[in-house]
Amino acid sequence: MNCYETIDLMGDALEGCLAPESRAGFDEHLEECAACRNYLDQLRITLDALERLPRPRVTNPRRSELIEAFHRLRENKD
Amino acid sequence: MPERRANAEGTLLAGLRSGDETAFAALVDDLHGGLLAFARTFTSSPALAEDIVQETWLAVIRGLHAFEERSSIKTWVFSILVRRARTMAARDARQSGPHTNGSTEVEWEPGQGRRGLWEQSPVPWALEDPAMIHQSQEAFEVLQSTLDAMPETQRQVVLLRDVEGLPAIDVCNVLDLSETNQRVVLHRGRARLRKALDRYMQDGSRPPSPAGRGAGGGIR
Repeated sequence: MNCYETIDLMGDALEGCLAPESRAGFDEHLEECAACRNYLDQLRITLDALERLPRPRVTNPRRSELIEAFHRLRENKD
Repeated sequence: MPERRANAEGTLLAGLRSGDETAFAALVDDLHGGLLAFARTFTSSPALAEDIVQETWLAVIRGLHAFEERSSIKTWVFSILVRRARTMAARDARQSGPHTNGSTEVEWEPGQGRRGLWEQSPVPWALEDPAMIHQSQEAFEVLQSTLDAMPETQRQVVLLRDVEGLPAIDVCNVLDLSETNQRVVLHRGRARLRKALDRYMQDGSRPPSPAGRGAGGGIR
Protein backbone atom coordinates (compact mmCIF):
# COMPACT_ATOMS: atom_id res chain seq x y z
CA MET A 1 0.00 0.00 0.00
CA ASN A 2 1.38 3.46 -0.84
CA CYS A 3 0.82 6.82 0.85
CA TYR A 4 -2.18 7.73 -1.33
CA GLU A 5 -4.01 4.53 -0.60
CA THR A 6 -3.18 4.76 3.07
CA ILE A 7 -4.39 8.34 3.39
CA ASP A 8 -7.55 7.42 1.52
CA LEU A 9 -8.37 4.83 4.19
CA MET A 10 -7.53 6.97 7.22
CA GLY A 11 -11.05 8.28 7.62
CA ASP A 12 -12.41 4.74 7.71
CA ALA A 13 -9.70 3.68 10.13
CA LEU A 14 -10.45 6.55 12.53
CA GLU A 15 -14.14 5.73 12.41
CA GLY A 16 -13.38 2.08 13.11
CA CYS A 17 -14.81 0.82 9.83
CA LEU A 18 -11.67 -0.10 7.91
CA ALA A 19 -12.36 -3.08 5.64
CA PRO A 20 -10.74 -6.18 7.19
CA GLU A 21 -8.90 -6.97 3.95
CA SER A 22 -7.20 -3.55 4.06
CA ARG A 23 -6.11 -3.74 7.68
CA ALA A 24 -2.78 -5.53 7.22
CA GLY A 25 -1.59 -3.34 4.34
CA PHE A 26 -2.67 -0.20 6.15
CA ASP A 27 -0.89 -1.10 9.39
CA GLU A 28 2.20 -2.20 7.50
CA HIS A 29 2.44 1.07 5.64
CA LEU A 30 2.05 3.11 8.82
CA GLU A 31 4.76 1.04 10.47
CA GLU A 32 7.17 2.11 7.73
CA CYS A 33 6.07 5.65 6.98
CA ALA A 34 6.56 8.32 9.63
CA ALA A 35 4.95 10.97 7.41
CA CYS A 36 1.71 9.02 7.20
CA ARG A 37 1.81 8.32 10.92
CA ASN A 38 2.07 12.04 11.57
CA TYR A 39 -0.73 12.73 9.12
CA LEU A 40 -2.96 10.17 10.80
CA ASP A 41 -2.27 11.67 14.24
CA GLN A 42 -3.11 15.12 12.95
CA LEU A 43 -6.26 13.93 11.26
CA ARG A 44 -7.35 12.30 14.52
CA ILE A 45 -6.77 15.53 16.44
CA THR A 46 -8.61 17.50 13.74
CA LEU A 47 -11.66 15.22 13.91
CA ASP A 48 -11.68 15.30 17.73
CA ALA A 49 -11.61 19.09 17.61
CA LEU A 50 -14.43 19.22 15.04
CA GLU A 51 -16.57 17.08 17.30
CA ARG A 52 -16.08 19.73 19.98
CA LEU A 53 -16.46 22.73 17.68
CA PRO A 54 -18.58 25.30 19.53
CA ARG A 55 -21.97 25.81 17.87
CA PRO A 56 -23.38 29.32 17.60
CA ARG A 57 -24.22 30.05 21.23
CA VAL A 58 -27.64 31.53 20.90
CA THR A 59 -30.99 30.68 22.27
CA ASN A 60 -33.65 30.52 19.64
CA PRO A 61 -35.19 34.00 19.81
CA ARG A 62 -38.54 32.54 18.78
CA ARG A 63 -38.38 29.59 21.14
CA SER A 64 -41.64 30.41 22.90
CA GLU A 65 -43.42 30.75 19.55
CA LEU A 66 -42.38 27.18 18.75
CA ILE A 67 -43.44 25.77 22.08
CA GLU A 68 -46.79 27.46 21.65
CA ALA A 69 -47.17 25.97 18.16
CA PHE A 70 -46.26 22.56 19.58
CA HIS A 71 -48.81 22.96 22.36
CA ARG A 72 -51.54 24.16 20.00
CA LEU A 73 -51.13 21.28 17.59
CA ARG A 74 -51.22 18.75 20.44
CA GLU A 75 -54.39 20.32 21.82
CA ASN A 76 -56.15 20.31 18.49
CA LYS A 77 -55.44 16.64 18.11
CA ASP A 78 -56.79 15.59 21.50
CA MET B 1 -28.19 2.35 16.06
CA PRO B 2 -26.90 1.07 19.44
CA GLU B 3 -29.65 -0.30 21.63
CA ARG B 4 -29.35 2.22 24.44
CA ARG B 5 -29.50 5.05 21.97
CA ALA B 6 -32.51 3.47 20.28
CA ASN B 7 -34.30 3.30 23.64
CA ALA B 8 -33.54 6.94 24.38
CA GLU B 9 -34.87 7.83 20.94
CA GLY B 10 -38.02 5.82 21.55
CA THR B 11 -38.63 7.58 24.86
CA LEU B 12 -38.05 10.98 23.28
CA LEU B 13 -40.36 10.26 20.37
CA ALA B 14 -43.09 8.91 22.62
CA GLY B 15 -42.76 12.05 24.74
CA LEU B 16 -42.97 14.32 21.71
CA ARG B 17 -46.00 12.51 20.35
CA SER B 18 -47.81 12.64 23.66
CA GLY B 19 -47.32 16.41 23.77
CA ASP B 20 -44.52 16.61 26.34
CA GLU B 21 -43.50 20.26 26.09
CA THR B 22 -40.39 19.82 28.20
CA ALA B 23 -39.12 17.13 25.82
CA PHE B 24 -39.85 19.35 22.83
CA ALA B 25 -38.17 22.41 24.38
CA ALA B 26 -35.10 20.31 25.26
CA LEU B 27 -34.87 19.09 21.67
CA VAL B 28 -35.14 22.63 20.33
CA ASP B 29 -32.40 23.83 22.70
CA ASP B 30 -30.21 20.85 21.95
CA LEU B 31 -30.30 21.15 18.17
CA HIS B 32 -30.73 24.88 17.65
CA GLY B 33 -27.06 25.89 17.40
CA GLY B 34 -26.21 23.03 15.03
CA LEU B 35 -29.25 23.70 12.85
CA LEU B 36 -28.44 27.38 12.66
CA ALA B 37 -24.82 26.70 11.68
CA PHE B 38 -26.08 24.28 9.04
CA ALA B 39 -28.76 26.68 7.74
CA ARG B 40 -26.02 29.27 7.23
CA THR B 41 -24.44 27.04 4.59
CA PHE B 42 -27.46 27.71 2.38
CA THR B 43 -27.56 31.48 2.67
CA SER B 44 -25.34 34.40 3.53
CA SER B 45 -28.25 36.10 5.29
CA PRO B 46 -28.31 35.48 9.07
CA ALA B 47 -32.00 36.47 9.19
CA LEU B 48 -32.92 34.00 6.48
CA ALA B 49 -30.92 31.27 8.25
CA GLU B 50 -33.01 31.89 11.37
CA ASP B 51 -36.21 31.75 9.33
CA ILE B 52 -35.12 28.46 7.81
CA VAL B 53 -34.55 26.97 11.28
CA GLN B 54 -37.89 28.26 12.49
CA GLU B 55 -39.75 26.85 9.48
CA THR B 56 -37.94 23.57 10.03
CA TRP B 57 -39.25 23.30 13.59
CA LEU B 58 -42.79 24.13 12.50
CA ALA B 59 -42.55 21.37 9.88
CA VAL B 60 -41.20 19.02 12.56
CA ILE B 61 -44.20 19.74 14.79
CA ARG B 62 -46.62 19.12 11.92
CA GLY B 63 -44.79 16.00 10.81
CA LEU B 64 -44.29 14.27 14.16
CA HIS B 65 -47.25 11.94 13.82
CA ALA B 66 -46.13 10.82 10.35
CA PHE B 67 -42.41 10.37 11.16
CA GLU B 68 -41.57 6.82 10.12
CA GLU B 69 -38.48 6.31 12.28
CA ARG B 70 -36.34 5.18 9.40
CA SER B 71 -33.61 7.44 10.74
CA SER B 72 -32.78 9.10 14.05
CA ILE B 73 -34.88 12.12 15.04
CA LYS B 74 -31.81 14.31 14.57
CA THR B 75 -31.24 13.12 11.00
CA TRP B 76 -34.93 13.59 10.27
CA VAL B 77 -34.84 17.20 11.53
CA PHE B 78 -31.74 17.96 9.44
CA SER B 79 -33.35 16.45 6.34
CA ILE B 80 -36.39 18.67 6.82
CA LEU B 81 -34.06 21.65 7.13
CA VAL B 82 -32.40 20.81 3.80
CA ARG B 83 -35.76 20.79 2.01
CA ARG B 84 -36.93 24.05 3.59
CA ALA B 85 -33.54 25.68 3.01
CA ARG B 86 -33.36 24.76 -0.66
CA THR B 87 -36.78 26.29 -1.32
CA MET B 88 -36.30 29.37 0.84
CA ALA B 89 -32.71 30.11 -0.20
CA ALA B 90 -33.62 29.74 -3.88
CA ARG B 91 -36.48 32.21 -3.46
CA ASP B 92 -34.16 34.61 -1.66
CA ALA B 93 -31.38 34.25 -4.23
CA ARG B 94 -33.70 35.44 -6.98
CA GLN B 95 -34.17 38.66 -5.03
CA SER B 96 -30.67 39.33 -3.78
CA GLY B 97 -28.40 37.54 -6.25
CA PRO B 98 -26.36 34.45 -5.52
CA HIS B 99 -23.88 34.48 -2.66
CA THR B 100 -20.31 33.42 -3.24
CA ASN B 101 -19.28 29.93 -2.45
CA GLY B 102 -15.83 30.67 -1.15
CA SER B 103 -12.64 29.31 -2.61
CA THR B 104 -12.55 26.03 -4.44
CA GLU B 105 -8.95 25.27 -3.57
CA VAL B 106 -8.40 21.54 -3.41
CA GLU B 107 -6.03 20.39 -0.72
CA TRP B 108 -5.61 16.76 -1.59
CA GLU B 109 -7.01 14.50 -4.23
CA PRO B 110 -6.25 10.93 -3.40
CA GLY B 111 -4.28 9.16 -6.05
CA GLN B 112 -3.94 12.01 -8.50
CA GLY B 113 -2.37 15.34 -9.14
CA ARG B 114 0.88 14.92 -7.27
CA ARG B 115 3.84 12.99 -8.54
CA GLY B 116 5.79 12.65 -5.32
CA LEU B 117 3.88 11.02 -2.51
CA TRP B 118 4.80 13.67 0.03
CA GLU B 119 6.11 16.97 -1.22
CA GLN B 120 6.28 18.07 2.37
CA SER B 121 6.11 15.39 4.98
CA PRO B 122 3.85 16.30 7.86
CA VAL B 123 5.84 17.34 10.90
CA PRO B 124 4.34 16.37 14.28
CA TRP B 125 2.53 19.13 16.08
CA ALA B 126 4.23 20.30 19.23
CA LEU B 127 1.49 19.18 21.60
CA GLU B 128 2.35 17.42 24.82
CA ASP B 129 -1.22 16.21 24.91
CA PRO B 130 -3.47 16.26 21.81
CA ALA B 131 -6.36 17.30 24.05
CA MET B 132 -4.58 20.64 24.54
CA ILE B 133 -5.97 21.76 21.22
CA HIS B 134 -9.49 21.62 22.66
CA GLN B 135 -8.53 24.31 25.14
CA SER B 136 -7.48 26.59 22.35
CA GLN B 137 -10.05 29.14 21.26
CA GLU B 138 -7.71 30.06 18.40
CA ALA B 139 -7.60 26.51 17.06
CA PHE B 140 -11.40 26.47 16.94
CA GLU B 141 -11.36 29.81 15.16
CA VAL B 142 -8.98 28.37 12.56
CA LEU B 143 -11.36 25.46 11.99
CA GLN B 144 -14.39 27.75 11.86
CA SER B 145 -12.95 30.14 9.28
CA THR B 146 -11.72 27.22 7.19
CA LEU B 147 -15.22 25.72 7.27
CA ASP B 148 -16.78 29.07 6.39
CA ALA B 149 -14.56 29.37 3.31
CA MET B 150 -15.41 25.90 1.98
CA PRO B 151 -17.57 25.21 -1.06
CA GLU B 152 -21.17 24.65 0.02
CA THR B 153 -21.41 20.87 -0.30
CA GLN B 154 -18.04 20.28 1.32
CA ARG B 155 -19.01 22.42 4.27
CA GLN B 156 -22.36 20.65 4.58
CA VAL B 157 -20.84 17.19 4.52
CA VAL B 158 -18.19 18.05 7.11
CA LEU B 159 -20.73 19.74 9.38
CA LEU B 160 -23.12 16.80 9.27
CA ARG B 161 -20.51 14.05 9.54
CA ASP B 162 -17.81 15.46 11.77
CA VAL B 163 -19.51 18.21 13.76
CA GLU B 164 -23.01 16.75 14.14
CA GLY B 165 -21.83 13.15 13.98
CA LEU B 166 -24.46 11.79 11.58
CA PRO B 167 -23.70 8.39 9.98
CA ALA B 168 -22.43 8.40 6.37
CA ILE B 169 -25.58 6.81 5.01
CA ASP B 170 -27.75 9.51 6.61
CA VAL B 171 -25.59 12.26 5.15
CA CYS B 172 -25.94 10.71 1.67
CA ASN B 173 -29.72 10.66 2.07
CA VAL B 174 -30.06 14.10 3.60
CA LEU B 175 -27.91 15.78 0.92
CA ASP B 176 -28.81 13.50 -2.04
CA LEU B 177 -25.21 12.42 -2.55
CA SER B 178 -23.89 9.09 -3.75
CA GLU B 179 -21.77 7.18 -1.27
CA THR B 180 -18.66 7.69 -3.41
CA ASN B 181 -19.25 11.38 -3.80
CA GLN B 182 -19.86 11.87 -0.10
CA ARG B 183 -16.66 10.05 0.67
CA VAL B 184 -14.54 12.12 -1.69
CA VAL B 185 -16.05 15.41 -0.53
CA LEU B 186 -15.55 14.49 3.13
CA HIS B 187 -11.99 13.39 2.50
CA ARG B 188 -11.10 16.69 0.85
CA GLY B 189 -12.83 18.70 3.52
CA ARG B 190 -11.02 16.92 6.32
CA ALA B 191 -7.69 17.25 4.51
CA ARG B 192 -8.28 20.94 4.16
CA LEU B 193 -9.08 21.37 7.85
CA ARG B 194 -6.02 19.37 8.87
CA LYS B 195 -3.88 21.55 6.63
CA ALA B 196 -5.29 24.74 8.12
CA LEU B 197 -4.61 23.48 11.65
CA ASP B 198 -1.14 22.42 10.51
CA ARG B 199 -0.32 25.93 9.26
CA TYR B 200 -1.54 27.33 12.54
CA MET B 201 0.38 24.82 14.63
CA GLN B 202 3.63 25.24 12.66
CA ASP B 203 3.82 29.01 12.40
CA GLY B 204 0.73 30.44 14.05
CA SER B 205 -0.81 31.60 10.77
CA ARG B 206 -4.56 31.84 10.63
CA PRO B 207 -6.80 31.83 7.60
CA PRO B 208 -8.46 35.15 6.82
CA SER B 209 -12.02 35.49 8.08
CA PRO B 210 -14.45 35.37 5.18
CA ALA B 211 -16.22 38.62 4.41
CA GLY B 212 -19.22 39.33 6.53
CA ARG B 213 -17.89 37.76 9.69
CA GLY B 214 -15.88 39.56 12.30
CA ALA B 215 -12.79 37.94 13.79
CA GLY B 216 -13.96 34.85 15.58
CA GLY B 217 -17.57 35.74 14.86
CA GLY B 218 -18.41 32.19 13.97
CA ILE B 219 -17.62 30.81 17.37
CA ARG B 220 -19.33 33.07 19.82
